[in-house]
Amino acid sequence: MSLQVSDLRVYYRTLAGDVQALDGATFSIEDKEIMGLAGESGCGKSTLGNSLIRLDGRMRYVGGTVTLDGTSVPIWDDDAMNAFRFRDVSVIPQYAMSAMNPTRKIGKMIQELLESRGENFASIKPELMRRIDLVGLKEDVLARYPIELSGGMKQRMVMVLSTLLNPSLLIADEITSALDVSTQRAVAETLVSFRDHGFVKSMMVITHDLSILYQTADTILVMYAGKLAEKAPTTTIIEHARHPYTQALISSLPEVGVRYTSKKLVGIPGSPPQLLDPPSGCRFRARCPLAFAKCVEEPPFVQIAPDHSVACWKVSGPNA
Amino acid sequence: MLSLNRVTKTYRVGTFGGKELVAVRDVSFDVNEGEVVSLIGESGSGKTTIGKMVLKLVEITRGSIVCDGADVAGIHGSEVKSYYRHVQGVFQDPFSSYNPIFKADRVFSLIRSEFFSEVPTSEWNDKVDAALRSVNLDPGQVMNKYPHQLSGGQLQRLLVARALMLDLKILVADEIISMLDASTRIDVLNLLGDLKSRGLGILFITHDLSLGNYISEKTVILRRGVVVEMGDTDKVFGNPKHPYTKILISSVPQLHKKWADVEAEMEARVGSEAGVCLYHKTYRPTNVVSDGPDDRPAMVKVEDDHYVGCFELGHGICQL
Repeated sequence: MSLQVSDLRVYYRTLAGDVQALDGATFSIEDKEIMGLAGESGCGKSTLGNSLIRLDGRMRYVGGTVTLDGTSVPIWDDDAMNAFRFRDVSVIPQYAMSAMNPTRKIGKMIQELLESRGENFASIKPELMRRIDLVGLKEDVLARYPIELSGGMKQRMVMVLSTLLNPSLLIADEITSALDVSTQRAVAETLVSFRDHGFVKSMMVITHDLSILYQTADTILVMYAGKLAEKAPTTTIIEHARHPYTQALISSLPEVGVRYTSKKLVGIPGSPPQLLDPPSGCRFRARCPLAFAKCVEEPPFVQIAPDHSVACWKVSGPNA
Repeated sequence: MLSLNRVTKTYRVGTFGGKELVAVRDVSFDVNEGEVVSLIGESGSGKTTIGKMVLKLVEITRGSIVCDGADVAGIHGSEVKSYYRHVQGVFQDPFSSYNPIFKADRVFSLIRSEFFSEVPTSEWNDKVDAALRSVNLDPGQVMNKYPHQLSGGQLQRLLVARALMLDLKILVADEIISMLDASTRIDVLNLLGDLKSRGLGILFITHDLSLGNYISEKTVILRRGVVVEMGDTDKVFGNPKHPYTKILISSVPQLHKKWADVEAEMEARVGSEAGVCLYHKTYRPTNVVSDGPDDRPAMVKVEDDHYVGCFELGHGICQL
């Protein structure tokens, strides 16, 4: 088992109090697994991804443990995390297009980065060239400045760079959201090929777009308002979701072939709760069509079938 | 009702404006009453420029836009105001469309002072209430609030309500739901559906094919400022003729079909016509290549209400 996260809690400090952005996440990612992390904006998905690599100044570690390949990862300790970053846990940031240093040629920047980690650039270069070729970039890209590359090319370059030291876990945060459809597809397929080539052991793909996950991910974890809602293999989530939120979310997505005139889709009424003072019990309760008395208690995130976990009283409760 | 006739927009770029950048070239289509026309293209395809030309925010270089029999470019002075009574736009980012210092409902008082200064207050309030209800907003929830207190979907619907207060005939909706959350975006999309059944013509600008497919009667696909294919939505999506349209459709991530399956399906259906430029099959290329627009239409008809442009256009091989 590659990554194990148990009861992870990360809050944001604000003047008005703590925003409970990630409130008790327990899940694991297997070796070779691409896990998609889906949810609306403000559900805590990026908080979860970022907390595994770096807690920024506003984020406060509250509790929980992270274990990667049997080793405990000290995510609360910024300095101790340096030993893990890039080598064991790596990230493709949300705005990969602006992630590279604009004043350095790309080759120079990679060299500096590797040397800062005590790696020898010359010995890694053949592998770097092989991977640059694999993502369809030309060799002379190293002699260029980031500004000379298109958005999709920069994205692919950052992907190569992030995975250069074969990290165990790669976190890809909304990397396809800002791209055009055809580039989006190329980037998503590159991501899968990185896993197939063994450049990364397991992957966490964070996105709000479930259809991208259907194309790339093995499993999908759906979050709602800082809590885990459902985790299952991709086809199970898309075809046989059990959590009412997942079901409503999927049924509200327009697809090519679905027309307003023939099938009118419906959204989910209401809006997600404020996490500064989240409601007790199930956080989806106020918008849920199935809510009943039991929902004032917090539903546990329990396994209802092999590889399928849900946090909903209707599914796992006594009168389910 | 709204009709674009060989509209071209060029920008002067480079030092001293020495170069010419063609943002939109020879675009012609109509938006009729009770019809949603979706304008689909990747970034830089000129789709927003077309919307801005309709809204008189940028000037038209060549060609004409005619709205209700009046040439839009010829509207000056006090006539502009009455043009805006009939044609309004809503844009992508709901948060920057509002002034954060003022309450969100200020957009209504601005409309009032500009267009309805003679209407008594009680009658005006009823009018605002009716407009809000017609976009499925509860006046109690949105009036007297600051923009940050409302959700993106609510803000976007407020802007639509504001536009509806006027005697609206054409609504330019430029990426109005791309910044909204999955669970609420469908409500705004359905709102457009309601509006068209009330006789509004809507120019729906988007980069998302599935949204365009869901809501529109007519689809216009743009590539680098040129229309490559347009016509009835079912025909464009069901029987794409232009190679670019095919690439776009096969790259859209779908929820129940993998990319490879979509591609295989499309190959099987239209494989025989691959590479044959339908435009030049109709109009044999002549050796005369003129700089300006010539008499040939920019598109050829492949079937009823389905037009396709030259396959090579934009590659620089054959310029119209």
